[in-house]
Amino acid sequence: MNLEPILPELTLAITTIVVILLDLFIQKKVWLTVISLAGIAVATGFAVTLWGENPQTIFNNLLVIDNFAVFFKILLLVIVALVLLASRDYVSKLRRFQGEYHALVLLAAIGMMLMAAGTDLISIFVSLELSAIAFYALVGFLKDDRSTEASLKFILLGGIASAVLLFGMALTFGFTGKTQLAEIAQVIQQMSPEVLLASSGLILGLVLMIAGFGFKIAAAPFQMWVPDVYEGAPTPVTLYLSVGSKIAGFAVILRVFFSAFGSPESLSQDWGLVFAVLSAIGMTLGNIIAIHQANIKRMLAYSSIAHSGYIMIGLAAVGLTPIGDFTGQSFILFYVIAFALADLAAFIAVIVISNKLNSDLIKDYAGIGKRAPVLAAVLTLSLISLIGLPPTAGFLAKFYIFTGAAGSGLLWLVIVAVINSVISVYYYLRVVKVMWLGEPMFEGKIPSSNATKFSLAICCSGILLLGIVPVVIMQIVETAASSLSF
Amino acid sequence: MEVGLEHYLILSTVLFSIGLYGALSKRSAVVILMSIEIMLAAVTVTMVAFSRYIVPTELTGQIFTIFIIVVAAAEAAVGLAIIIAIYRRRENIDASKIDLLKW
Repeated sequence: MNLEPILPELTLAITTIVVILLDLFIQKKVWLTVISLAGIAVATGFAVTLWGENPQTIFNNLLVIDNFAVFFKILLLVIVALVLLASRDYVSKLRRFQGEYHALVLLAAIGMMLMAAGTDLISIFVSLELSAIAFYALVGFLKDDRSTEASLKFILLGGIASAVLLFGMALTFGFTGKTQLAEIAQVIQQMSPEVLLASSGLILGLVLMIAGFGFKIAAAPFQMWVPDVYEGAPTPVTLYLSVGSKIAGFAVILRVFFSAFGSPESLSQDWGLVFAVLSAIGMTLGNIIAIHQANIKRMLAYSSIAHSGYIMIGLAAVGLTPIGDFTGQSFILFYVIAFALADLAAFIAVIVISNKLNSDLIKDYAGIGKRAPVLAAVLTLSLISLIGLPPTAGFLAKFYIFTGAAGSGLLWLVIVAVINSVISVYYYLRVVKVMWLGEPMFEGKIPSSNATKFSLAICCSGILLLGIVPVVIMQIVETAASSLSF
Repeated sequence: MEVGLEHYLILSTVLFSIGLYGALSKRSAVVILMSIEIMLAAVTVTMVAFSRYIVPTELTGQIFTIFIIVVAAAEAAVGLAIIIAIYRRRENIDASKIDLLKW
């Protein structure tokens, strides 16, 4: 059997086992990070060689290796590497279980990479749970009151969400007789539109699947877990959860809804409208509640709910445009990269600052601009990108998504989104104001290690590069999006 | 009376609703975890019934069911471990009293 297409995942799996075993023998735990990063580098190398090849299915059509999957794999590998770099200082303070931390982070990465490649409801479900169970354990990693509470809330709500998702998958399977996305699409296309829209079981299955996946991407109204889990979890895990898990969720949604339910148009317009409504609720709820938050992790959690809403504008536009047009998909992929870079930079800066201050409260960030000018500048840049002001990546990402949606008749949604962007300026810039204009309570610089400096440099150059010369990335995302078959 | 597909579907829907009700209304974290298991059991009944009546020559639904059972076991193991970690710190697993984090 040809194992070449899943070499990235295999490499990560081997690295996971090596890290767990080495943890028993070595005293200098920094080698665990080094070995994990080496494994990720090798896996990225394998993934890059798969880019641009013809799509091929493996494991009896359970997984597909096309440009879309490879794009998300490389993006997720970069994110995992940055998460491990950023969590180095945090993890070195743990006395025990450093090996398990690295192993769980890598396991979650394998799950998310397989999610992006799944073409069968079975493989999608199993890989989704592989990443989710690793995340449940990671959120409760500190074992203190807040961390365990966050973990309990996450696993109970996550369990309900996956049961709902499975019930949706069972109904879809029952009304089409297939679990393979391509075969589901064939069965649906053979039904006449009247029969299709009258088969309420299939529609119910579709709605339940939207609810189950919506939990994963923190879409309102399935977002109740997000603020509590983000606040209680160790900050590097919060970072991983808010970027990695969300991106993998969007990869799955795009593939499932586009390749299985992408045609006929009467069906795709239905789920497009559902996503439009969810997006309007998510943006409004996230932005309005974020205004009141005193804790920066909670504020970023609500901002992440709002950004899920912005990305769902793209999903709605994909549902409402005729098939064969891939611009909507490529705009979503562009937004995903821009959001990932800005959120990574913001959270890494928060990790360093909070580590020193021992506080996540926004008022304690007063005067950070004087104590750590570089970190404050990085946080400012990432918040500006999250607002969506030029010359950052966030501006172009929002511009593309909004123009795409306006072009497919969703002008009302674009208006809601623009109003929301204006609201969001207030709470993002409040942090900036506190940092630069507030008086520091203590003196002394805030040190940051070389690992964090390096990861922050990557994120910031990415934000600026995407904002100033988007052409290169745009070509890559267009190649990735156009390989999404239906 | 012959037992057909619709009977299985009614059974599984009732089971799923009982599980959902339990998960949303019960206070003990262990009971909530049990309710989630009931929901997953309802899904497996649906899967096998559909597989038996819609595509009798294939075993897709049964295979899916095996995966669901495996994943449910893994999830229950992690869930119970988390509940034990909470119990050791607070000697209490009442979900309504676990409320440090809120807006």
